[in-house]
Parts: sequence; structure tokens; C-alpha cells
Amino acid sequence: MSEAAGFAGEAGVIAAVRAAYASGTPVEVCGNGSKSGMLRPVQAGARIDTQALTGITLYSPQELVIGAGAGTPMAEIAAAVADKGQQITSEPPDFSALFGTTAPQTLGGVVATNLSGPRRVAWGATRDHVMGVRAVNGRGELVRSGGRVLKNVTGLDICKLLSGSHGTLAVLTEIVLKVLPRPERRGTVVFAGLDPVRGVAALSAALGSPYAVCGAAYLPAEAAASLGFKHSVALARIEDFAVSVDYRTAKLRDELAEFGAAEVLDDAASVAAWAAIRDAAPLHGHEGAIWRISVRPSAGPGVAQALSAAFGARWFMDWGGGLLWIAGPATQQAHAAVMAAANQAGGTWLLFRAPDSLRAAVPVIPEEPAALARITASVKAAFDPKGILNPGRMYAGI
Amino acid sequence: MLQPEPKREVLARRDAIVAGLREILPESGVIAETLRMKPYETDGLPAYRQMPLAVVLPETTEQVAAVLQFLHREGVRVIPRGAGTSLSGGALPLADAVVVGMMRMNRILEIDYADRCATVQAGVTNIGITNAVQGDGFFYAPDPSSQLACMIGGNVGMNSGGAHCLRYGVTANNLLGLRVVTIEGEIIDIGGHHLDAAGYDWLGLLTGSEGQLVVVTEVIVRILRGPEGARAMLAAFNSNEIAGQCVDSIISSGIIPVALEFMDRPAIHACEAFAHAGYPLDAEALLIIEVEGSVAEQDYLLGRIKQICGKFDPISLKVAESAEQSAAIWKGRKGAFGAVGRISPDYLCMDGTIPTGQLPLVLRRIGEMSDACGLKVANIFHAGDGNLHPLIMFDANDPASFATAEKFGADILRLCVEVGGCLTGEHGVGVEKRDLMPVQFSPDDLAQQRRIKDAFDPGWLLNPSKVFPLAAPHTQALAA
Ligand SMILES: Cc1cc2nc3c(=O)[nH]c(=O)nc-3n(C[C@H](O)[C@H](O)[C@H](O)COP(=O)(O)OP(=O)(O)OC[C@H]3O[C@@H](n4cnc5c(N)ncnc54)[C@H](O)[C@@H]3O)c2cc1C
Ligand SMILES: Cc1cc2nc3c(=O)[nH]c(=O)nc-3n(C[C@H](O)[C@H](O)[C@H](O)COP(=O)(O)OP(=O)(O)OC[C@H]3O[C@@H](n4cnc5c(N)ncnc54)[C@H](O)[C@@H]3O)c2cc1C
Repeated sequence: MSEAAGFAGEAGVIAAVRAAYASGTPVEVCGNGSKSGMLRPVQAGARIDTQALTGITLYSPQELVIGAGAGTPMAEIAAAVADKGQQITSEPPDFSALFGTTAPQTLGGVVATNLSGPRRVAWGATRDHVMGVRAVNGRGELVRSGGRVLKNVTGLDICKLLSGSHGTLAVLTEIVLKVLPRPERRGTVVFAGLDPVRGVAALSAALGSPYAVCGAAYLPAEAAASLGFKHSVALARIEDFAVSVDYRTAKLRDELAEFGAAEVLDDAASVAAWAAIRDAAPLHGHEGAIWRISVRPSAGPGVAQALSAAFGARWFMDWGGGLLWIAGPATQQAHAAVMAAANQAGGTWLLFRAPDSLRAAVPVIPEEPAALARITASVKAAFDPKGILNPGRMYAGI
Repeated sequence: MLQPEPKREVLARRDAIVAGLREILPESGVIAETLRMKPYETDGLPAYRQMPLAVVLPETTEQVAAVLQFLHREGVRVIPRGAGTSLSGGALPLADAVVVGMMRMNRILEIDYADRCATVQAGVTNIGITNAVQGDGFFYAPDPSSQLACMIGGNVGMNSGGAHCLRYGVTANNLLGLRVVTIEGEIIDIGGHHLDAAGYDWLGLLTGSEGQLVVVTEVIVRILRGPEGARAMLAAFNSNEIAGQCVDSIISSGIIPVALEFMDRPAIHACEAFAHAGYPLDAEALLIIEVEGSVAEQDYLLGRIKQICGKFDPISLKVAESAEQSAAIWKGRKGAFGAVGRISPDYLCMDGTIPTGQLPLVLRRIGEMSDACGLKVANIFHAGDGNLHPLIMFDANDPASFATAEKFGADILRLCVEVGGCLTGEHGVGVEKRDLMPVQFSPDDLAQQRRIKDAFDPGWLLNPSKVFPLAAPHTQALAA
């Protein structure tokens, strides 16, 4: 990422933000089209999109890095790395079915929301693989952080700060990701018929084994049925060279025999099952609200049980029990139950999908304690002193 | 090296400030006698020394908070300190600053195998975490060579790496939560026992912030189950170019070894003389490659790697047949600093990162610079991730020699940036590289980082004179 690089489109973003800064006009930052259904509704007088910021700018497979304009469709990047036998490590989900959209998601959108899939539990979140960014802050200044190398501690880590900042601090224009080889084979050990507590215990044992488990999900019977299983299932994935996958799935099945006789899914069945888990397929077709709750894995079953009791939640767990996907009625009551259950478990929550009316009426992510909220406000001002970038998206007044 | 002017009014009030600290901490927790402050006057970059105003050794987060609240009110600068092994002068004191040392906060508070995490105080050593869990087959992954001494709080401060970060990541990738104290003395919990907190990524921002933003008092780390086993091999080549091509070839084949270390000829000779590890002395470049898994898996991977290496006309290929042989292969590399220390009592350990493809060019240019300035250099390289450690040998009794070494080091780091890399891969900016920051960053880039510092520490009391160049428009850095 040299200073000279930069797209024609980047100058356009700079000009647009400068104009908004001069006039004090709030702008909504968009990847591919309006996700007005996301977090808190933004009241904006203009929109900046990244459609002109497309294309792969750097790909060095042997150096494990790929760089592209923020508006580049994720599918284009995935295809380019697949072509060289590599993959995007954090396994970003595709939520188009969940949201009923067809617009392809962009690199910038994925990084700005720090969305990660099942592999997160072993290999880190999207933010862990962002090696460098170019971005335009709320003053219309180009800011660069990181670069194109895998190890870099030079200065404050603005790459991580912008990952998951939902476009409230700066408009990302170019991003360099670390990529890794796509393993030769995938395999999944499936324990059927366990209750949630035993299921998470099995996943903990799998993740605590020496076999480098890189996916661990529990689906209760109803969710499991949508993937074609007859009973509840606890699934543990291994990805590696073919000989290792065969060896490790067999070892895992044997060493975890106390959780019952396990079946092993082959490569094709594993790919299908984990794509479904990644994209929250068990909740597709649900009409109401959807939440994501992150807790310590052993607390997952208790949260699921509490919310089943509170409003008959549909749910499943990823990340070894640490990520709960919850579906329920889009009511303030249900939302209050989610907040209470997650808080009690010492975890965090996100109102992922809900009608505007609910999202405008409640906090969509936890409020921060006062001391941290003050820092949030100061850091927001440090990037966007006039508060013009996605105002109100994460917190009211920020 | 230019340091900010001490605040005269703080120096003048030294006795009152020490008395105030003694009201907060037990008698033994405040050190103000010159002799007893001596161990704190420098860190892993001993060329720079400065006695602080005083040293405090708090035992609890609440004591840290009370100390910071007091010092903030008094306008006194603060130097957070772990074990003081920073190689960039990150823990170097200032004459008007109080060092807040974490060594008494050395308790492990919780180990949870089911949820694969541990909560430890900031003064626990890096190896202390692994020692506490390895009986149960677990470990804490980032393993800096200084791991016997350095503390987890210092690792968070520097976002430290290690020999295995190609597979397991650096500090930032292995954290779940922090308890921190702001300069105002407020205690804040960041993250927790879960993944991916909502809100801004404070965990990511604070990791590697070099004591600029907060003082860390507790850390929740992820612990991992160790592999079934690991084994190393050694491959020696006729040139740096060829060894570099071999590394590319291994990675392109889809194998990510857990470690992939490179040594150039001077490093090979220094390490062999020291450790008698059996390194071939006629080689120009040496790779140490480590893989993990069951014995059969190790055999499979080492077999494939051996086959790849075979295509690059190796001078020697040695696959360890046992754990002892693996240890022997590692012995030279792990003793590299000590080995260079035997040849030359004084050396600077540099730490840039380059795109791995640039290695041959960079080593050639470093060789030319070495010839031109007359100082020897040995290069150790984390070949998988591009992190280069040139060890520049000089004579500390000769000020001219030190000045030449510093200039040589700076030129190497400029070269790293020029070829697309960065000034520091794991040791941090500290005082050592702060004035080089404009080589890598534009004024707007740096201004944005300074504004983040402002947001946490408007008075620039936390570890000032580090990271940001002094000769900057932002005068806070100079003197407030
Ligand atoms: C809480 C939440 C709610 C979601 N709601 C929806 C939804 O309602 N509909 C849907 O289809 N998907 C939704 N998703 C999925 C997700 O937004 C998309 O899959 C993904 O973000 C990519 O979409 P996009 O590239 O079109 O970005 P967008 O959806 O346009 O943007 C996603 C977010 O990232 C920001 N952003 C995008 N590009 C940049 C950039 N270059 N620089 C800075 N910020 C940027 C936007 O301001 C927005 O806040 C949601 C995700 C989350 C985490
Ligand atoms: C022989 C040797 C080998 C080394 N090998 C490696 C290596 O392989 N990889 C690597 O990455 N580094 C290595 N280092 C560098 C050094 O060990 C690391 O930077 C280490 O993390 C520093 O830890 P420390 O406890 O000594 O911290 P210090 O040196 O005391 O402090 C480091 C920085 O962190 C800040 N800090 C310390 N504690 C806190 C806290 N509680 N809160 C906020 N800020 C704090 C300090 O202000 C300072 O800026 C090596 C050093 C030596 C001497």
C-alpha cells in the first residue's frame, strides 16, 4: 500500500467527505446498497458509496496477502484466492438469504462489520486478518495504517480500530487481508442426540484436543432438521491435509466416545454443513427479530434455555457454544430478555435484524460504562469531529 | 538522543510527590532512593539510561488507579513498566516521571480449561502462563525469545510475537479481555471471556499501544491445547536467493509450518560457535522448519518439505528423528542473541518487516551497508512472516561506533519501508524508532494517531517521548 497507489475513486471519496465536512451534512456510508436494516437507523442527508473503489490491487500468494478496493465484491476476492488454492481465513458469512437481498457484499462492508464465520473460534476474526487499510476520516483526510506485511506493530493499530467500526470513524478505501492455503480436505465429527449442556461439553473437549478443531457448533433438533439431521447435533470440524483429516477425525471420534457413537461427515458434506452454519441457515425463513449473543462457551446453553423459556426462541450455537444465534418476536420485551440473559452470562449481544421501529427504540449493542463511553465519544471526535459519518449507527449521539 | 525537558515544577515538588505516593502504597511499594532506583533506569536497550523521579510497585488494580489519579492531578508523567526487556527503549524513564512497575501483580487469577482461557495479572511472566497450564497439555501461544522474563502486560504493550506466530498469531490474536486504568485513574474492563465484543475494538487498539493510552493491570488470554508433538528440520543452501525461493515454494505448496526461521552466514557461524548445533559452516543460508502433529503426520509433512527443499540444491538437509534432535536444531537459533553477544559484547537488535520476496535484495543491500560502515551484522529472519532481525555489532566504549551502529540500523529500517515493509514487526517503536515514524507515515497518518492519544491522555502524561516523533507540530509531545 504505497502512498501513490490509491484509486481514482479514492479522490472522489475524499472530495465527497470534504464537502460533507464543509457543510456539516451527515452522510451514510455504503458498500453495496443500503443496509438500512442494520444497527440503528442513520439520519443522513447524503450517501457515500464505495462502488468506484473496486478491483484487486495486490495479490502475492506466496506472501499470503491480498489487497483490494473496499467496494470490491467479496465473491471476486474469494474467487481470486481460490484460484491459487487459498481462502479468506475468517470465513465471512453471506447473509443475503437471511436479509432477503441479492446485492453482493463488499470487502469494505465485511471489514466494517467485522463479520466472521465458524473458523473464528480457531483462526481469529476478520479483524485479525486485516493487515493494512487506507481510509478517509471525517475531515476528508487520507489515513493509512498497517501495510502489506504480516507482522507490523508500527504505531497505533488503526486497522483493528476501523474493523467493526461500522463506517462511523472513516470510509475504508483499500484493505489488505492475510490469506492462508485452503486445506486439502475437510471432515466433521458429529455427535447426535446430546442435550445442549452435554453438546457444549463435547465441543469443549474437541476444541481442547490436540487435533486443531476449527469449527464447533451445536444445533438443537429443530435447527439440525434444517440441515437434514434427525436429532440435535454437536459438530466438530477439522481441515488439513487429507491424511491428517482422516487420522484426526478418527482419533476425535474415539477419544470422545463418552459422548456417544459419532458419525464422520466427508469433505462435501462438511462444506455444505458449515456453509449453512456460517450463513445462519437454520434461521432462514424466520419472520421476527434475530440477535447474536457472544458469551463464554460454557454459558451458552444457559442463555439458550433462558430465552427458550422467555419467548420460545429458535436458536443454535457456533464457536463452541460461545456464539448464540437467537430468533424471536420483534418486541421490546423479547429484546429485554436477550439483554438480561447475555448480561447475566457476562457476555455481549447485538440486535442483528429487526424492523426500524424496534431498532430505533432500543440499544442495538450494549451501552458502555460511563468511563468507556467518554473515550468512545472522544475517539469518534478524533476521527470525525463534526459527527458526519454514519451518525447514530452504533450509539445514539455518536 | 533528544528528550523532552523535565517539568521543573515537578522536579521541585519531588518530596511532596513521593510523600503522596507513600500515602497510597505500603512503604515497600515506593522506591525513591537513587541506588534502589538503579535497576529501573534502562531496559533492553541499555544504550539509553535515565533515572526516574520515583518508582512505584502497586499490588492491586485499585492501587494503580489511586496512583494514576494522584499523578494525574499533580501533572506528573507516568512510565508503565513490565520486566523492562523492551528492545526499543519503550520502558525508558524520564527524569520527571514515575515508573509504575507491575512485578508485584504476578498472580494467576483463574484458569478455565472448558472455556480455554486464563485470567492473569499484568506482571505474570509470559512463560508463567504456559507453566501454569502445561501440566494439563495447554499453552499460551505467543512465545517471544524473552519469555522467561517478559511480562504479559509488556507483551500487550508491544503486541509481541514469537517464533510460532506464523501459525498461532501474535499477542493481539490471543487475547479476550483486559482490565485497564486510564490516566484519570478510572478502571475499565475491555472484552471479557467471550469473543468479539460489540463497540469499537478497544482490545485491538490497546494491544501494541506501548503504554501510550492506558495501564493494563489484568489480561484474559486464550490458552490452547498443545499439539501431539512437533519436530524440526534443517536445510542449508548456497545463497540467500535460493533459500528465499525455497520458502516461497513451501508456502505455495499449501504448507504453513509452525515455524520457519532463516539465518544468514554470519548468524550461522555465530550460533554454531556458541551452541555446537551442527550447522553447516559452508552454507550461505539456513532454514529451520518445524511442523506439528502425530509422528506419522510429522513424517508426512517433513517428507513433503524435504522434497521441496531438494529442488533447491541444498548443501544439507537434516530431519530430526527425535525430540532431542529437534531441540539440538533449535538450540543455535534460540541462543542467537547470546551467540552474537559472545562475538561482540554490544549489539543492536533491529526489527523491521519486509515482503518476504524482497529478502535477497534486502540482505544484499544490508551487506553493502555493512561493508561501507565497517560494522558486522548477522541476520535472523522469521521467514514466513517477513520479520527481519539484523543484529548490528558495535563497541559501546567507542561513542563513534555506537553512532555508526544507530545510523546503520536506521538505514536498514528505511530500506524495509522502501521495499514495502515497516519499521517494526514486534519490538515496537519506543524511543528507538520514534524519529523514523515519518519515513513510514504521512503527516495526516501521524496526526490521526496523535488524536487517538489525545482522546485517552489529553495531557500526554502516559509514557511521553515514545512512539511519536518529538519534532512534531503537536507540542504536547515535547512538553506540556
Ligand atoms: C448488525 C448487522 C446488521 C446487518 N443488517 C443487514 C441488513 O439489514 N441487510 C443486509 O443485506 N445485510 C445486513 N448485514 C450483513 C452485512 O452488512 C453484509 O453482509 C456486509 O456488511 C456487506 O454488505 P455491503 O458490502 O453491501 O455493506 P453495507 O451493507 O453497505 O454496509 C455495512 C456496514 O458497513 C459500513 N461500510 C460499508 N462499506 C464501508 C467502507 N468502505 N468503509 C467504512 N464503512 C463501510 C456501512 O456504513 C454499514 O454500516 C448486517 C450485518 C450486521 C453485523
Ligand atoms: C533477549 C530478548 C529477546 C526478545 N525476543 C523477543 C521476541 O522474540 N519477540 C518479541 O516480540 N519481543 C522480543 N523481545 C522484546 C521484549 O521482550 C518484548 O517487547 C516484551 O513484550 C516486553 O515485555 P516487558 O514485560 O519486558 O515490558 P517492558 O519492556 O517493561 O515494557 C514494554 C512496553 O510496554 C509498556 N508496558 C509494560 N507493561 C505495561 C502495562 N502493564 N500497561 C501498559 N503498558 C505497559 C511499557 O511502557 C513499554 O512501552 C526480546 C527482548 C530481549 C531482551
